[in-house]
Amino acid sequence: MTPVLFDLLLRSIWETLLMTGASGLISLLAGLPLGLALIATDRGGIAENLWINRLLGAIVNGFRSVPFIILLVALIPVTRLIVGTALGTWAAIVPLAIAATPYYARIAEVSLREVDRGLIEAVRAMGGNRWTIIREVLVPEALPGIVAGFTVTLVTLVGASAMAGAIGAGGLGDLAIRYGYQRFETNIMIAVVIVLIIMVCGIQWLGDRLVARLDHRA
Amino acid sequence: MNSHTTVAPVATSRNKADSPDVVRLTDVRRHFGKTAALDGVSLSVKKGEILGIIGRSGAGKSTLIRCLNGLERPDSGSVLIEGRDITGLSEQQLQPLRRKIGMIFQHFNLLSAKTVEENVALPLKIEGLPKAARLKRAAELLELVGLSDKAKAYPSSLSGGQKQRVGIARALAGRPALLLSDEATSALDPETTHAILALLKDINRKLDLTILLITHEMEVVRTIADRVAVIDGGRIIEEGPVWSVFSDPQSETTKSLLNTIRPQLPAHIAQRLSQTPGGEAVLSVDLAGPDANAPLFADLSAALPNAFRLIHGGIDHIQDQPVARFFIGVPDPTRLDPVLQFLKGRSARVEVLGYDTRSV
Repeated sequence: MTPVLFDLLLRSIWETLLMTGASGLISLLAGLPLGLALIATDRGGIAENLWINRLLGAIVNGFRSVPFIILLVALIPVTRLIVGTALGTWAAIVPLAIAATPYYARIAEVSLREVDRGLIEAVRAMGGNRWTIIREVLVPEALPGIVAGFTVTLVTLVGASAMAGAIGAGGLGDLAIRYGYQRFETNIMIAVVIVLIIMVCGIQWLGDRLVARLDHRA
Repeated sequence: MNSHTTVAPVATSRNKADSPDVVRLTDVRRHFGKTAALDGVSLSVKKGEILGIIGRSGAGKSTLIRCLNGLERPDSGSVLIEGRDITGLSEQQLQPLRRKIGMIFQHFNLLSAKTVEENVALPLKIEGLPKAARLKRAAELLELVGLSDKAKAYPSSLSGGQKQRVGIARALAGRPALLLSDEATSALDPETTHAILALLKDINRKLDLTILLITHEMEVVRTIADRVAVIDGGRIIEEGPVWSVFSDPQSETTKSLLNTIRPQLPAHIAQRLSQTPGGEAVLSVDLAGPDANAPLFADLSAALPNAFRLIHGGIDHIQDQPVARFFIGVPDPTRLDPVLQFLKGRSARVEVLGYDTRSV
């Protein structure tokens, strides 16, 4: 591999990490509250409101049913509005985050739903309000699942970011297609695949370690 | 559990009669769809008293106890806690009130992500106490329940009995006026159950804490309650001092709930009994209170030698009151009436259960 190609590989790694990290962070910050809203407004939830629940559910399902490659193109006007351009790494973060948020919201919802209702009742019985229930019960008790779900989301984002090459975002996927596939640079293809494997394993390993530290359930 | 009190039970109940009601329910009703979970419940609990509410599952116990801290709202009726009706209060108004009512649960409901001391301190955190103050109070409470060494442990590393001790410490953190116990020992083995009940009784005495507990186990009521209320079909069907309800249950539900802890006629004898006279008459003899202290059977033996034989039974002591229940056989039909006369003359409640033809 020439030094030029090696630099290209390094740059692509950085771009993939940037896209995955930034969109992952956004999906965590937006998806967790959305997941909380989904369980809180559901039947028997701490802020039951079935009308809002159905509306949120429909929006989440709507975004989740659009294939990412189409979302990427369809969101170009939104991206241009937010980032100022529809091309490049930063531009790719917008559709990635918008796709990952409802995905992560559903994963967080599953973990939050598994929190024992008896714990919510116990905190209500000691005079806690809804905010106390969210802060002291729902989030801490579901945290292992929330973190494990975030790990899954990050890994999914690594894969999804490969498609972002379609709008010139760069990244490892883009490198693999343009150099490895279209120019028959097998070395590049192999290097990208190895880097991706290491990246995914690393994310998963860190996630698993964190979950193990956070999980105090029997 | 032994029940050595320095205060005689009669004096205790007189003191409690003078003290104000901590809880007073009047005609509380709650329906779920068409079924009535609570169908007009009225009861009161005095300060420092332990009231046991017993019933089968589905009798309305859980709904009842949840009405006392507003987790459940009655359709009608009033719920007075320390004289204040809580039925009309909003969720926001109920929150400060709930801080003065502790609650413990069958499955402990400890937060797995928090350490033991954080769990105990949580009600104080909700109350807004600074961290140092709440950890100090948590340490005091863990000392009280005998778990000081587990302060930094997580609940998953504790045994069931230890978890419930943490639950009790947590319930007491806000210095409650009332402790609600929702089947608190139902998930524990008998030995641990007794240790937890002993702790509750101890706390009741030390802090003069009013306790209302619901259970399906008569043994729990027998061990610590001062008064018992039997709930069935959403109604209180029987109520009174534990020793008196236990010695003279009125309803079938109460009798069947008592079956587990009262002497029963052995099944193989019960099967043989016929209702037509002939053969050995089998009698149940119930006696409670001061009457049960007299040497009844010795006297009966002296008055009517060889008239009866003991089949089964014993004397239990509930709230320091003897509660006796015996089964005796009278083999000679001609001596049945004198035996009945004698026992009734000693204020025993006697019932001829049937006649055992085989033992003749």
